Amino acid sequence: MSTITFEIDGKQCKARAGQTIVEAARENGIYIPVLCWYEGLKPAGICRMCTVKVNGRNMAACTTPAAEGMIVDNAIPELEDMRKALVEMLFVEGNHMCPTCEKSGNCELQALGYRYGLLAPRFPYLFPVRKMDAVYTKIMIDTNRCVQCRRCVRGITTKDGKHIFAMMSRSGKTTIVADPALEAKISDDLAKKAMDQCPVGAILKKEIGFAVPIGRRKYDKAPIGSDIAGK
Amino acid sequence: MSNAGDSVAKVVKKHGKNASMMLDIIREVQDDIGCVSDEAAAGIANSLGVSKVDVDGVISFYHFLSKKPLGKYTVYLNNSAVAIMKGRDAVAKAFEQAVGCSFGETSFDGQIGLYDTSDIGMNDQEPAALINGVVFTSLTPEKAKDLVFQMKAGKDVKAMVREVGDGMNKSDIIHAMVKNNIQKEGPVIFAPFESGSGIRKAVAMTPEQVIEEIKKSNLRGRGGAGFPTGMKWEFTRNAKGKHAYVLCNADEGEPGTFKDRVILTERPEMLFEGMAVAGYAIGASEGVLYLRAEYRYLLDYLNDILTAMRKNGLLGKSAAGKKGFDFDISIKLGAGAYICGEESALIESAEGKRGEPRNRPPFPAQYGYKGQPTAVNNVESLCAAARIMEKGGEWFAKMGTFQSHGVKVLSISGDCTRPGIYEVEFGMTLEKLLEECGGSGAVAVQVGGPSGKCVGKKDFGKKLSFEELPTGGSMIVIGPDRDLLGIVHNFMDFFVEESCGWCTPCRAGNVILKQRLEKVMAGKGTESDLADMASWCGIVKAMSRCGLGQTSPNPIATTLENFREVYEAKLQKGVDFVSEFDMSTAVRDYCVTAGRKAEVKGH
Repeated sequence: MSTITFEIDGKQCKARAGQTIVEAARENGIYIPVLCWYEGLKPAGICRMCTVKVNGRNMAACTTPAAEGMIVDNAIPELEDMRKALVEMLFVEGNHMCPTCEKSGNCELQALGYRYGLLAPRFPYLFPVRKMDAVYTKIMIDTNRCVQCRRCVRGITTKDGKHIFAMMSRSGKTTIVADPALEAKISDDLAKKAMDQCPVGAILKKEIGFAVPIGRRKYDKAPIGSDIAGK
Repeated sequence: MSNAGDSVAKVVKKHGKNASMMLDIIREVQDDIGCVSDEAAAGIANSLGVSKVDVDGVISFYHFLSKKPLGKYTVYLNNSAVAIMKGRDAVAKAFEQAVGCSFGETSFDGQIGLYDTSDIGMNDQEPAALINGVVFTSLTPEKAKDLVFQMKAGKDVKAMVREVGDGMNKSDIIHAMVKNNIQKEGPVIFAPFESGSGIRKAVAMTPEQVIEEIKKSNLRGRGGAGFPTGMKWEFTRNAKGKHAYVLCNADEGEPGTFKDRVILTERPEMLFEGMAVAGYAIGASEGVLYLRAEYRYLLDYLNDILTAMRKNGLLGKSAAGKKGFDFDISIKLGAGAYICGEESALIESAEGKRGEPRNRPPFPAQYGYKGQPTAVNNVESLCAAARIMEKGGEWFAKMGTFQSHGVKVLSISGDCTRPGIYEVEFGMTLEKLLEECGGSGAVAVQVGGPSGKCVGKKDFGKKLSFEELPTGGSMIVIGPDRDLLGIVHNFMDFFVEESCGWCTPCRAGNVILKQRLEKVMAGKGTESDLADMASWCGIVKAMSRCGLGQTSPNPIATTLENFREVYEAKLQKGVDFVSEFDMSTAVRDYCVTAGRKAEVKGH
């Protein structure tokens, strides 16, 4: 009774009541690109990579619940070009030096760049002056690489629910910071979780690096999304 | 002045250890000690049981909040397009010379701080500034120097107001220089209104009948989006929740709009009655007026009116004499963020957080203020609702056009001889409006502010209405001698600054668009730059999360459409590509370090 039937790019899909389009698509073997979305976190509609057309209207698939009879356009050229543009915006908005980055090969932004065949961005680089912050005890934050997805803000909290990370400022000047007092007390596991949850190399755990050599990492083996859509 | 710890303890005691009061607490601490220092922020975080970075996040989001001392006197000078048209730059220079520091800084003794701010809702009397929240209008360089002289002498800011405006601005409680400039009174908002005539009619009906009556009037939201008010109330009424709330959006931040300021000054009872009508219709017992920080000078006055209405039995227990209808209104102050005019951002801000819009669904009607069903309505919409109760939905629906019923209050400014407030029936042509306001020499009109459309003469025959020329009220008249691209740039600057930073396209896209516009303005553009800009405008509009991002490229998009020749005139002809690389800029830092002049010939 609570099974919903809807359509993505002409394919019949099933969803459970309350599931978002992104979640349902994954279970139906359809890849909708995401960057700020992370399994288990409340979806936030930040990166807009998952924008689909729902009955002709642009909606973020990560925050829109699947509904009976919905017609969803996903991998259509118009949207794919705009998604590529978003990846390009993220590249020019920050300072991303893949060859020297600890996350290379595990980086979702880089992987999306490959998936969308990004050679040179259509936008000029903004070369912002951003901060690399190593004052923390267990982690360091390189805001040059941050894509502002807020996975850290949403997902990394103390046991009593206090945010360890938060957004500062607004507009293009928004930046993540960690609460120094709370960060000083986090466990190694939580620090590792923060690093793993970060889609790029903005949050790194101190001391150990490059344990797995570049070339043998997640997206070095298979492109992003291939675990879902078998591409 | 007191120390941070004492101040935090005092303010938290007043508001309770309630995180939803965070914004109020922060603001009051700043009022008390001049800024929200690290020590104060830590104290607030401790008392409310949140991380210090969460408190810092809120402080850094709002324009008028600061972690560093802003000065005993804080001068916020409007830098919006119309202010510049009216001589803002000369006034700014006079301030800088007299104070001895640049904008963004404080004087050497820390006494006077000079800051830019976007539109403060005084476009018909620019240049204007807020000094410690007190409004100073129609500034000249001489007046600026005189103000600085008085500040240096340590004078109380309120005592610096030498002439007062018209209407209620003259009252002892407001005592402001601000002028209403009501040029045209219409039948809905500015016609005489007898206190109680709206709400008493409403409570004589059932809530369902009230909603029916509003539906019959075809009233649509006056903030710009135009959602049918009756439908909004019905959704809110039918949504499940413990309580329902009425939120009045008095955060008009669109550059060029100031109509709500005048309504708040001259028709507050009508507005509060409209809120009570909405409350009765949706089954709410609490209303909140979210007042933009720039209009703080009206706060005591508005609270005074609320007190009087409680006394008269129009608010409070058994409001308007209706047993079982308990309804009261409180006022929440913003802290300087255009985005808080977006209804879900307004809710977030009213809950004491960063004013970032929410994802939808769920809509505020289902999940709004404090997670409860909430109707968020514009000041003008609520006033219209009160009038509709008094005169009936049919009376209202007879006015206007097929899809836009009733009247609209417009704020007209710019190159016209009679700027101010015009309450006109929907369906009036732009041409007629320009005649009335003395702006017939216009070559362009910014209809609906920067997020609206910039139209040229070929559209002057169009009618003001949701279907042809929609506007939330901002109308900026632009004469033939203006630098149109300069105005477009000013508007893009505004959107870059006011983006909440949440979603990629709005946060990064507007910066990129503004940069490309600057390339064209510098005479380095080619045809392909115009094509790029048009395409990029489309991406930002299509992919952004909320109304701000979806309309933010409009200054460029609509002038490219209607004034392409202005761009064309700036282009390099016969070349496909002009490098953006500028050697002098590229080596500037190096040259500064080396003590050389950054002038590289041949590039």
